[in-house]
Amino acid sequence: MVQLTLPKNSKVKQGKVWPKPEGAKNLREYKIYRWSPDDGENPRVDTYYVDMDDCGPMVLDGLIYIKNKIDPTLTFRRSCREGICGSCAMNIDGTNTLACTKGMDEVTQDTVKIYPLPHMPVVKDLVPDLSVPYAQLSSIEPWLQTVTPEPATEWKQSHEDRVKLDGLYECILCFCCQTSCPSYWWNGERYLGPAVLLQAYRWLIDSRDEATGERLDNLEDPFRLYRCHTIMNCTQACPKGLNPAKAIANIKKMMVERRI
Amino acid sequence: MSDMRTPLKRARGMGAAKEGTGHFWHQRLTALANIPLVIFFVGFVITYNGASYEEIRGVLANPVITVIMMLALLSILYHMKLGMQMIIEDYAEKEGMKVLLLLLNISFVFILGVVSFFALVKIAFGG
Repeated sequence: MVQLTLPKNSKVKQGKVWPKPEGAKNLREYKIYRWSPDDGENPRVDTYYVDMDDCGPMVLDGLIYIKNKIDPTLTFRRSCREGICGSCAMNIDGTNTLACTKGMDEVTQDTVKIYPLPHMPVVKDLVPDLSVPYAQLSSIEPWLQTVTPEPATEWKQSHEDRVKLDGLYECILCFCCQTSCPSYWWNGERYLGPAVLLQAYRWLIDSRDEATGERLDNLEDPFRLYRCHTIMNCTQACPKGLNPAKAIANIKKMMVERRI
Repeated sequence: MSDMRTPLKRARGMGAAKEGTGHFWHQRLTALANIPLVIFFVGFVITYNGASYEEIRGVLANPVITVIMMLALLSILYHMKLGMQMIIEDYAEKEGMKVLLLLLNISFVFILGVVSFFALVKIAFGG
């Protein structure tokens, strides 16, 4: 549902300005969204200064610097630090992306502004609650489904059919696209969203999968699939350079194809 | 609001409605049909700008013009209904408000369509 104003207890206040590291000459300002479920306070934006001579080049390096050297209470998810786990997805400089693959030099403004992924409940600071998108993913049953008894060796696939999975299998499920989509913001429980639909298409187009019809039946819904209005935020946000909007367009094509 | 439903319960909801492609497909079909029809309509308005009542009435009574106007009405109104329905479904905040707006949308298009059709038929067959 559309909400143009934040509820009173969600209004973001100006937060604390943390002291600059002593003796540092090359500083970068960070403004970071903070919220804790424990203190009953409104969210606030804290200001930190990162010593660039003592810190790696990525936004995640800056966050780790802050957590280690300035404020250990700053909470965020991270794991692989190389763009394959999808843990550190957050809104940086106005775009959803991975903190680990976003260079500080790529940030267009002097200040690095960081918020959690938009329109998701916040667990703490930069950690969003993604349990609904995860459940939506499991609702499309993202695994190979067959009726034919399993062969003694592997399921065979032609080279041409394998190529069709390129641009789909690389998705790391960071949900940058999902949470960048206005349609998903307004109808998040009924619209499956770009990340989940990209996965749905990955199994629809897989030449080995025999549940294509059932999969399409499951998406045949004004909300689950057709809330996509090709806004294209998903494709613009994807830190892996994938194109969820195209995958969704292809699903719609399949839907029409099977009835005309 | 405390919500103890599991995330999967929320995600699966009431299941797929098993429709939606019709809406999508018809919206594109009428969009295509609207291209020549709207060009014709705009051309008609420009051509007969300032013409007398009797003259326009005479042109509209021409069977070819009447039929094209009826097709334009059908295609444009249906397209309008589909588009507005999508906007309402996207943005209506409360379920009750959504149903009310959808009803108004359908009623508006039907009333407008029937009135326009009646006018065209009346002109075409004189009276």
